[in-house]
Amino acid sequence: MKQEFKIISSLIEKNSKILDVGCGNGELMKYILDSISNNIRGLEISKKNVQACIEKGLTVIEGNAELDLGQFPNKSFNYVILSQTLQAFLNPEQVLYELLRVGKKAIVTIPNFGHWKVRMDLLFKGTMPVTENLPNEWYNTPNLHMCTIKDFVTFCNERELKLTNSISLSGKKVSYITKGNLNFKNLSAELGIFEIEK
Amino acid sequence: MNKIDSLKKYIVKDVLKLDCGKEISNFPIAYETYGKLNNEKTNGILIFHALTGDQFPCGKNPITNKEGWWSYALGPSKAIDTNKFFVISANVIGGCMGSFGPSSIDPSTNKPYGSNFPVITINDMVNAQNFLLDYFKIKKLFAVIGGSMGGMQVLQFISNFPNKAEVAIPIACTASHSAQNIALNELGRQAIMADSEWNKGNYLDTEKSPSKGLAVARMAAHITYLSKKGLEEKFGRKLQERDKIKFGFDADFQIESYLRYQGSVFVDRFDANSYLYITRAMDYFDLTKQFNGNLSDAFKESKTKFFVVSFTSDWLYPTTENREIVIALNAIGADVGFIEITSDKGHDSFLLDVPDFLNAVKNFLNNSYKKYL
Repeated sequence: MKQEFKIISSLIEKNSKILDVGCGNGELMKYILDSISNNIRGLEISKKNVQACIEKGLTVIEGNAELDLGQFPNKSFNYVILSQTLQAFLNPEQVLYELLRVGKKAIVTIPNFGHWKVRMDLLFKGTMPVTENLPNEWYNTPNLHMCTIKDFVTFCNERELKLTNSISLSGKKVSYITKGNLNFKNLSAELGIFEIEK
Repeated sequence: MNKIDSLKKYIVKDVLKLDCGKEISNFPIAYETYGKLNNEKTNGILIFHALTGDQFPCGKNPITNKEGWWSYALGPSKAIDTNKFFVISANVIGGCMGSFGPSSIDPSTNKPYGSNFPVITINDMVNAQNFLLDYFKIKKLFAVIGGSMGGMQVLQFISNFPNKAEVAIPIACTASHSAQNIALNELGRQAIMADSEWNKGNYLDTEKSPSKGLAVARMAAHITYLSKKGLEEKFGRKLQERDKIKFGFDADFQIESYLRYQGSVFVDRFDANSYLYITRAMDYFDLTKQFNGNLSDAFKESKTKFFVVSFTSDWLYPTTENREIVIALNAIGADVGFIEITSDKGHDSFLLDVPDFLNAVKNFLNNSYKKYL
């Protein structure tokens, strides 16, 4: 399983109620279902992925996070997970607020646009970066609102959203992001994993 | 009629109070079963049929000699696997395949009820079929499944008997019959009642029957079961056994000929009064209103796991209406899954060979059953 999913799972308390927004083919949900909590469901936009989830025995609703989160009552989940999707929404701010309305905590992961390889691409090649975590070209990327982990931390701070866990993932290397190392992690992290409370 | 008399029936001795206020008892429910009930009685599935269905979803229908209406979905190793599950399928009350309906004989007159048959509802249909579970001594079903009007019965069943099914699959249906659908049903009813041979519903003891009206009703309804794209692909503007249009009102086009054929075979197997009564039951169906405008309340006592399915080209029970059910369930934190299947086959998709649909149902049932046992 992806290192990212292992870290997300480690943040979740046993038997809690979880919503995985943009759950893809259900890999993370299946792991959580088997080992952490059987009270998990997913929201997924792709029909093919919804079928894959049903095949795995997962509860999944076909839908669009920007339109369909409204139907869940306030604080109806302990955790709402959003893995590497925030940057693809038309209005990420609104989605983030919805996640924090529906869930007591949100776990959000974002590909870090501040990673040194990304900066190198732009600095030396003068082209939009294409990396392992950002594999698309500028013209076909689903990512509308790329940000760095520093951007995201600032964004949360400005809105007084509490970051109860901030984790950097670089290759297999996992470390905490702190106030002191933020500028450095903003260079070295490929992925930022944040646990957020309102 | 003899053939109908020989169908398998359970006579309900209890009194059933209908929504219209009348009480019925000693009435027959015609049913069939498929597969074997296990010793623990945990593998039971009750399926509900749509407007013109009956108790024969698979195998050969002994009355019509045609394949059952759900032969793609139900049978050994199919989506609803009769090697694994014990499937009960009953003809709804109001129907004409052996259950208590307008063609049944009224003991007080020794004539068919005709228009004297009480107006029935989806709620009445479900309550009547529930007696079959007592007969089979099944305390809790594994699943209730149905499409179209069958899906409405699924919703009503869970509302009436919140913990009598582990899972529920309402397919291509609605919690509240729309104005468009009431209008379409009214069109069919008017076609029947405009046929002079309908004779205010008292045609069964004469040699006549409103077959022209019923055929038109079926033709109109049949169009609503298809999609524009499906019609275009299957028929387009192709002509029927001719090279040129004939400047007349014969069936020049294949689609005309097809509809005429659908109308003509339908009247051989369906009773016009049943068509009136059952479409009325559909029109009256409004589960949201039964719960004072809050559909969620219909399900709040239930722990049933739902799987809602809709089809992209279904304009009769469109995805938005199926989603209303999902939204109501999510509002109370119920366990609900939902998928919209891509298909050009319109509302009829749930009856046809649509692999994405059949696989989804199969996977959902099998995975849920593993967890249930």
